[in-house]
Amino acid sequence: MDALTACLTISAILFAIGLAGALLRRNAIIVLISIELMLNAGNLNFLAFWRFGPHPEALSGVMVVLFSIAIAGAEAAVGLALIVNVYRHFKSTDLTVLDSLKG
Amino acid sequence: MNWRPEVDVAFVSLAALTIGGGIAAISLRNLIHCALCFATCLLGIAGIFLWLGAQFVGFAQILVYVGAISILVVFAILLTRGAGNENGQRWFGSPLVSATIAVLLAGVLLASLVASNHAKATAAQYSASAPVAAIGQKLMTSHVLALEIIALMLTAALLGAVTLAMPERKR
Repeated sequence: MDALTACLTISAILFAIGLAGALLRRNAIIVLISIELMLNAGNLNFLAFWRFGPHPEALSGVMVVLFSIAIAGAEAAVGLALIVNVYRHFKSTDLTVLDSLKG
Repeated sequence: MNWRPEVDVAFVSLAALTIGGGIAAISLRNLIHCALCFATCLLGIAGIFLWLGAQFVGFAQILVYVGAISILVVFAILLTRGAGNENGQRWFGSPLVSATIAVLLAGVLLASLVASNHAKATAAQYSASAPVAAIGQKLMTSHVLALEIIALMLTAALLGAVTLAMPERKR
């Protein structure tokens, strides 16, 4: 197995794990963690294709991953703030409890 | 120097760390354990980035993900501590259906990976890793607009997060 295939395999498995977590768990924070795992799987794909692609000196993959990390940081901050705010209102982070728009 | 990464012991152990951390992060009952396994998984991914020769991205991953986002997750878990461990129930709806969907997705991704001929299409012999000076030049020349937009977006998002998380004042 060459290195590119190995990286893509790891990325595919990681994405499936993230999807499983987002679908399976009831806790909103774990769902956010799972979304971060899926984002990381995408980043791994970008870097693998950058490294083994035809023009690595263009640094396109590195740029995309850097911006993606910045966006993930902003997303995690806003998502966790939303979860803390929702917890203050509903006194729960269980997604089965949060089923009304007007509390 | 035509160094081309081959799958070696380092890569296999990093991959095991990543996959094991990921599975533990979504399946453990204790939320703090979940957050710590999440950090382990991110460390494994940062190691794979370093192994691929992207030093700057690898260390940025460690700083941003392992240093900031994991700690933020732990804070959020501690702030919502009264919620308990999901009242003893971890799974949303029927776990079997969701797990089947995830396994099917993994199967489709891996099958398309096997069916494609990407290995023959890309045979680059690139030796140098991404130099930080070149990354900085790219950021300041061809990607400067994206950089400015990211800076604005980060400021707006963090201000919004602070506003959201601030306790409501009685008027």
